[in-house]
Amino acid sequence: MRILRLALRRLAASLPTLLLILMGMFLLLQLAPGDTVDALMAQMGGGDAALAEELRRFYGLDVGIAAQLWRYLTRLVTLDLGFSAIYGKPVATVILERLPPTILLMVSALSFAFFFGLVLGVLAARRVNRWPDTLISTLGLVFYATPSFWFGLMAIVLFSVYLQWLPAGGFYDITMGYTGIAAMLDIARHLVLPTLTLGLIFLAIYLRIMRASMLEVLSLDFVRTARAKGLTETRVVARHVLRNAMLPMVTLIGLQAGTMLGGSVVVESVFALPGLGRLAYESVVQRDLNTLLGIVFVSALLVIAINFVVDILYARLDPRISAES
Amino acid sequence: MTAPLLSVRDLRTHFMTRAGVAKAVDGVSFDLAAGEILGLVGESGSGKSVTGFSLLGLVDPPGRIVGGSIRFQGRELVGMPPAALRALRGRHLAMVFQDPQATLNPVLTIGAQMALAVQAHERASDRAALDRAAAVLARVGIPEAARRLSAYPHEFSGGMRQRVAIATALLHGPALIVADEPTTALDVSIQAQILAKMKALAAESGTALIWISHDLATVSSLADRVLVMYAGRIVESGPVGAVLRAPLHPYTRGLLDSLPAMATPGEKLRQIPGAAPSLLALPAGCAFAPRCPRADAACAAPPPEVAQGSRRAACHHPLEAAA
Ligand SMILES: Nc1ncnc2c1ncn2[C@@H]1O[C@H](COP(=O)(O)OP(=O)(O)OP(=O)(O)O)[C@@H](O)[C@H]1O
Ligand code: SF4
Ligand SMILES: [Mg+2]
Repeated sequence: MRILRLALRRLAASLPTLLLILMGMFLLLQLAPGDTVDALMAQMGGGDAALAEELRRFYGLDVGIAAQLWRYLTRLVTLDLGFSAIYGKPVATVILERLPPTILLMVSALSFAFFFGLVLGVLAARRVNRWPDTLISTLGLVFYATPSFWFGLMAIVLFSVYLQWLPAGGFYDITMGYTGIAAMLDIARHLVLPTLTLGLIFLAIYLRIMRASMLEVLSLDFVRTARAKGLTETRVVARHVLRNAMLPMVTLIGLQAGTMLGGSVVVESVFALPGLGRLAYESVVQRDLNTLLGIVFVSALLVIAINFVVDILYARLDPRISAES
Repeated sequence: MTAPLLSVRDLRTHFMTRAGVAKAVDGVSFDLAAGEILGLVGESGSGKSVTGFSLLGLVDPPGRIVGGSIRFQGRELVGMPPAALRALRGRHLAMVFQDPQATLNPVLTIGAQMALAVQAHERASDRAALDRAAAVLARVGIPEAARRLSAYPHEFSGGMRQRVAIATALLHGPALIVADEPTTALDVSIQAQILAKMKALAAESGTALIWISHDLATVSSLADRVLVMYAGRIVESGPVGAVLRAPLHPYTRGLLDSLPAMATPGEKLRQIPGAAPSLLALPAGCAFAPRCPRADAACAAPPPEVAQGSRRAACHHPLEAAA
């Protein structure tokens, strides 16, 4: 169980970072003009100073910043994320409701980008500097250079408005009242365009990394050994090259988990998906400090969890890693 | 006389680099009988490895066999369709490579890599393939071979890894193994062990061996015949004993003089002066002329082939062979 121990150690090392992020975020938000109570009162159409003071005491905003931070962190230990004044529910409940679309979107975009990046990268490397490589590499560059919101909007225009193949937004169709398999298919249909929009840029990155790393591994001595054994080219690539070449890609997943979460804010906005990204945007606008901090906390946990899985995966793929610890 | 196992004629393998055409192998010819051990020696960069790669059809771009013929077991390998050549590789014609650090795949177990080699030519279950691998590993002297199958290359020493590579080459009982300096990276005692093992295994199975080395001493303890290579060409060939006792070619003489064992105690080792010529611009005459103590105006013309019994040398002024 060396692999697990290795991953757990990495996990423990990320806890101080998590604490720093939360504290930094907390202090940064204090710099923004106005607080939750201001936003709340604006929503209610105004009110007097006495009411504001009453509200501030109720939400624990009447004490100093240091005390507020301390109170927040001590409650966090018991996984209590506080109460959202705007939504009128515990923050944990609000976030849990919004988590599934984001996780689904990330998993599907990641799988899409990883799988097709791998396949296209291998194809390009096998035909290096010939037309399939040129075509794939050019497409990759285009995907990489196109802003995802623009891509999303164009996809909506083409596939939803013009061709009417796919829904333009939302997570599922409330009017149909689907259950079971039908409901799952409905959600899948709604996720096609967001997945493409979020995944394409990562697809472009993965395919370039995969192409480069395939070319590097193909030039290594053990590939010549494999050929000398009389293996077919397909087996040489599938059994000897692929696994080595995938290592940089796996590393990249962990490094880019945060970027991908950030990208989903944009994509959720474009496609009106009720996910974490949209929630973050809404709570910034409404000065919902507790919810925002909760989102930061959960996002950080998500990134840490992804890296935990990536560490285990990497150690499984490369036996030299677990030996060093 | 039966036809030789391997017959190479005027083999030319060139690398089309950006700087020009590097003639790494340029007109190599030799024969090899079944079960014979042939040494191929020369300085670094003389084209020994490229000659080996050419035999197996494993020259990487930008390199290409541009001419000549390689007849192996009566079949022409130059221009053979890739699939037919692949079916030959590893089965009848195997190779052990130079660097034991890099020739095994770091992420696959020894067993998996050897099983793939078995299954490249036979329909064998994983179990059967692994059993075969264990048996051959035991033959090359790896203790507890069956248990070692699940180890990864980084868990083996350099010598052990090279034994694995040799075992892999032996899996299908090939008629010829090309061994490209398999012991150079290892320390001397392990070198000697592997050399002895290799010689015994080749004799036992009747496998012919081309032993590539830059070290004449290693070759002398192993080979029946030796080819001396310089700048992509064979400059001298003959039975090992005769060549080492009295070389015909000034280059072979130079190689011998630079061996520590040949030096008179107290005297400095006599290295061959100068450096190997650029393969991009070889002279029309003898490529060794700029470094040769016997060179004169005649050497600007291509050297003639001198024959003495079964010995050959390419030189205008060959040294006298001892009677
Ligand atoms: N991939 C390549 N690209 C360009 N030139 C190459 C390439 N591989 C080999 N060569 C040329 O072929 C020449 C011979 O190389 P080779 O590897 O056969 O030498 P060698 O005799 O095996 O030397 P060593 O003892 O160092 O292994 C090199 O000097 C180089 O000029
Ligand atoms: S041909 Fe001339 S230069 Fe070349 S090895 Fe013989 S004597 Fe020396
Ligand atoms: Mg070499």
